[in-house]
This record gives sequence, C-alpha cells and structure tokens, in this order.
Amino acid sequence: MSDELDKRSLWDKLKEYTSARIAIGRTGNSIPVQNSLEFKLAHAHARDAVYSKLDVEKLHHELEKHGLPIINLKSKADYREQYLQRPDLGRKIDDDAYKLLEPHKGNYDIAIIIADGLSATAINQNTSPLLDVLIPAFALAKYSLAPLCLIEQGRVAIGDDVGSILNAKLSLILIGERPGLSAADSMGAYLTYLPKPGLTDESRNCISNIRPQGLPVHLAAEKIFYLIQQSLRRQLSGVQLKDDADEKYFP
Amino acid sequence: MSYRYTIKDRVYRFNNLKDLLAKASPYRSGDVLAGVAAETYEERVAAQIALSDVPLSNFLNEAIIPYETDDVTRLIIDSHDKESFKSISHLTVGGFRDWLLSDETDCNTLYNINKGITPEMAAAVSKLMRNQDLIAAAGKCEVVTRFRNTIGLKGHFSTRLQPNHPTDDAKGIAASIIDGLLYGSGDAVIGINPATDSAVVSANLLNLMDELRQRFEIPIQTCVLNHITTTIGLMESGAPVDLCFQSIGGTELTNKSFGISLDMIEEAYQAALALNRGTIGQNVMYFETGQGSALSANAHHGADQQTCEARAYAIARKFNPLLVNTVVGFIGPEYLYDGKQIIRAALEDHFCGKLLGLPMGVDICYTNHAEADQDDMDNLLTLLGVAGCNFIMGIPGSDDIMLNYQSTSFHDALYIRKMLGLRHAPEFEQWLLKHDIIDDKGLLISNSRNHLLKAANL
Repeated sequence: MSDELDKRSLWDKLKEYTSARIAIGRTGNSIPVQNSLEFKLAHAHARDAVYSKLDVEKLHHELEKHGLPIINLKSKADYREQYLQRPDLGRKIDDDAYKLLEPHKGNYDIAIIIADGLSATAINQNTSPLLDVLIPAFALAKYSLAPLCLIEQGRVAIGDDVGSILNAKLSLILIGERPGLSAADSMGAYLTYLPKPGLTDESRNCISNIRPQGLPVHLAAEKIFYLIQQSLRRQLSGVQLKDDADEKYFP
Repeated sequence: MSYRYTIKDRVYRFNNLKDLLAKASPYRSGDVLAGVAAETYEERVAAQIALSDVPLSNFLNEAIIPYETDDVTRLIIDSHDKESFKSISHLTVGGFRDWLLSDETDCNTLYNINKGITPEMAAAVSKLMRNQDLIAAAGKCEVVTRFRNTIGLKGHFSTRLQPNHPTDDAKGIAASIIDGLLYGSGDAVIGINPATDSAVVSANLLNLMDELRQRFEIPIQTCVLNHITTTIGLMESGAPVDLCFQSIGGTELTNKSFGISLDMIEEAYQAALALNRGTIGQNVMYFETGQGSALSANAHHGADQQTCEARAYAIARKFNPLLVNTVVGFIGPEYLYDGKQIIRAALEDHFCGKLLGLPMGVDICYTNHAEADQDDMDNLLTLLGVAGCNFIMGIPGSDDIMLNYQSTSFHDALYIRKMLGLRHAPEFEQWLLKHDIIDDKGLLISNSRNHLLKAANL
C-alpha cells in the first residue's frame, strides 16, 4: 500500500512539469473513462469554436464607443465547409465589399480589421478588451484610424485587401486562431505595412495566443503597439521588423 | 502525349500523364483546391480506366515535371534501375496492379524490383487500388532498418515517442519520456519537435536524451527534429546527434520552400554517417512527408498531391533512412478534408513508400478544423496495423500540446499490439523485459517496480 502511495506521489510530481496528458493510467490497454471523456470535451470545445459565428451585434455594441464607423463585410467563402476547403476564397472580400469600402477610402495610418478565422469565439471574447486598450493608445499617438471592419469567413490575407482599398499605411487584422485542445479561444493579430493583395506571411508580423490564459490583452496591446510604432517609423513589416525587434533596436 | 477514354458517346481526353494521374486520383479537397481533380465521378473512373492501359514504360519517357527544371525528376530518372525494371517492363499500370496482388508476388519479388519502380508508377498503380488492395500489397513488403535496434521486422511494430512541450522545458519533456517508456513506447525513436529552432536549446535536449539513454542502457535512438542546417551545426559542435531529421517534398520548389536542397541533405547524411553512432546499423536519416506540402508551397506544377508525395520518396530512398513518416492529417482540411480522405491518403502513402523500399511509418493524426475525430484514427490505426506499418507516434493521451494536433497515444500502441500480436523491436523488447515493464507475452506489467520513475528524481 505504501508502495502504491509512493508511486502515486511520484506520478503527481511528474505531472507538475507538463500539461501533457501523462500519468493517466489504464484499464486493460485503454484510457480510463474519465480521461477519455475529458479529451472528448476538449475536442468538442474546439469543434464548436471552428463552427462558431461572429457575434456582429454584440461587437457593434461593444465597439461603438470608439466613435469609428463600423463596416460589415463578407469574404468570398459562402459557408463554413467551403471556407475550410477553399482558403483562397477566405482571403478575398466579396463583390459587395468593394461598394461598402469605396466611400470610406481615405488616408489613414492604421486600418483595424476583425475576422472570425478559425474561431469566432476567440474574436467575440477578446476583441473588445484588446481594442479598449489599443485604440486609446493609437489616439494618444495621433495615429489616424480607418473605419473598423468586421469580416465573416475571413482569412489573414483578407486584411491586406481591405487595408489597401481603404488606403491605410498599415493593416492590423485580429483573427481567431485554429483551436487546440487546450484552448479554443486564442486570437491572433497580424500587421502588414503598406498592405496590398497578394502579400504572403513573410511580409507580416504576428502576435499569437491572445486570450486570458495565454497572452493577456494588456500585454498583447503593448506588443502590438510597439510593433506598429516601429513599422510605421521604419516603413516596413515582416521578417526584417521582427529580427530587429528581437534585438530591441531603436532607430 | 494525350490519353483518352470513351464512355457511351462521351469522349474524355487527358492532356498528358500528369493530367491523367490527377484526374484518376480518388477525390480529395487538395486536388480540388489546386484545380486538377476530375469534375465528375464518371470522369474520374474514365481516367482510371485510361490509366490502367498505360504501359509502365511510358513513365520513363514522359516526365510529370520536366527533367530540365526539377532536380527531383532528375534524381528519379537518373537513379532508375533498368535491370530491376526488366521483369515488370511489359506490364501496364492495370496489369501491375493485378501482378502486385497475385499469389506469386511476394516479399522477395517486390524487394528485387523496387529500384525499378519510379514514384510515379507507384502513385499511378495506387490510384487503381481499393483500400483493401493497398493494405494487402503493402503487407507483402518487409523493410528492415537498423541503428541501435531493428525496426520493421514482420510481426513487429514500433513507436516514435513524441514528448513535445510548448516551451521545450527539459523537465516537462523528461516527464513525458518517462511516461512513454513505461508504456513501452519509443523503439523507433524518441523524437522531439522543438518549439524553436534554437541550436542551444536543441543541444540541451539532445544531451538530456542521450544521458537518459546511456544511464538506463536503452537500445534506442534519439532525435530533435530541427531544420537540417541546424542539425549540421549541432553535429559540428559535437552534440550527440543520432539521426538527422528533415521534412522533404516531391518537387525542387517545395524543397526550396523548406530551405533545403539535395546537396544539403547529402552533406548532413555524410556527417551523420561519419559520427558512426549506430551500434548495429547505419541508417541515420529520419524524413517526414505529407500530401499537400507541394500545393501549400505553390510548387506542385499542376501535379496531384499524391503523386507529388510519392516523388518525395525518391529523395528519401537515396539516403537509406531509418524512418520515413508521412504526417498525414497535420496539414488541414483544405488538403484532406475528413476522416475518409485522411485514411485513404495514409494507406496510399504507406503502400507507395513500402513499394519503393522505404521504412514507412505514419503519423495517424488530424487537426481540430478537419472533419475527423479519434474514431477515424482508431480505424486508420487498425488498418495500418494489418498493413504492416513500421511505426506510429506515441503521444501522451493523443494530445500534442506543442503542435496542437491529435495523434496516437501510448495506449493506442498497446491496443494494436494486443489485437494483432505485434511485438516491439527485439532489442527494445529485451530491455522492457529486463526492467519488468512487460511480461514474456509482451503485455505491460501492472505494479511494475518503476525503477525508472524513481531514478528519474526530477
């Protein structure tokens, strides 16, 4: 008996070092029912997040205090199954979007674009708290902001389309990341200097895992603000900007 | 050369062999995304019928991607062994399929012709085969490789212990390794996907695993799955590198997008051989592949994703790898949408690899945006067990907390061993017996003394 206790405490000790599903025991050769169901629940959360919808009404309500126009847009992917199989469609805005965006064409420093990505849940939960910190900081720094754009069935590159039409120096897209078993509510933020259609990942900078249990919004906002400041000052984004930021480069 | 087939009064034309292969490919989302898939069920079968009449020798005269522009094509053509090809040179693709499944064709027959088969021939014949055929033909092959143990013997089955951690924390990784070893996992390799490609972090992880291996005299090999240039640097600096890892693709452009070239792999291969760390064999390379990588890099030249995948195996077999692992469901639903497509692709990859003489394993896996779940993985695991797959992954509770996808658990390996009577790599089996982890039937011993656990002293 004491041997058993001894063993259990050793396993408990091992479990402290990782969130991996170790020391789960077995019944025969199989995973015991409790752990099996915990796993299923985590997967269910992830699946539900993939099929969750952007809560446009709630987001409008939360974001209107910033006093910016809010434009609702859609990508060329019409429904979720198509979105999942045709990333090319999720990267382009649909034909109506051009008409909606044209009147707002201006000369902005930053366009903020908000898209569901692979987890609308992440956007519904994290967007407003993040922008509550970020938008006042932009105002203080005297950056001019384009209207906020909410996009359904969007992928990262769609932000560059929108930023380009609005004529913004920089596009910042907030987007739901692919849900994992440990988190289904992670938001990512990507920024591109001089956004235009056809750019790829190496032209962007990314801040990932924004969520209360991951990178909390105030820290995320600091990072995003720093990168945007550097990007606008040095007139570039992507690999070069990231490298220098790592070395705490100041011009 | 164009190909055609008429059904009733409808004539289906296929511009060339590349087009014919793509149209004949069983349906998958990646080929639709690339715009190369058949448009109807009928067109697909028309292509398959037309393909079945194509002589294998056509594949030596018509390159899928031009010889002049692609070094993988050059490798395929230049390394083709005409002598091995002789005994099948009279066959069509359809005839080849029947020949593969005939009673007369056995392990030895297949071994003797494998250098005469090009990846495109393997891909072509797989497109005429049902899942059952892919399992039956692959099951005839035995591809055995060695480093510190023997992997791939008939009736044996190995696992890569994959103890990843989101911050490469040494204690976190060690905890998962110990957990896995006590489930009898790790005889293919203990292989860590590092969260960063930092040489310092990787050197520490290599040392950690090497100390563990030596302290407990475990007959296994270890690997940190860095970019090959990082591994070359690690070897130069004297880190304990057993195996050189690299992801590879089936076109020169795909490999360029991975930041590698064939020369670079050759350099790493020679460096790893020179270290001479294997005790019973010198298979020093570990490659990973997966359908869709060429399309993802916009480097597919209009070829279907399964043909591109098979072409990657030409690179693998040049370097006599210990392990080749197709990471089948990792890439996402835009390439393989659901469980059905993932299962089909895995069986194709396993079959094509084995036919070409490679030690194939499969990362039986899916991401959360794919239309798949653990039930699909159970099905695939069972099919691959029957097909004689060399190895699968072993991950605590199926949940990779660094790469954020689901693969097979330590328990899954126990299940397939028990159901099919599959044993560990022989040297590792002896070690497990010696440490009271398994009994002489190969079953885990409950209440084993767990010397390892106590000695770990984390």
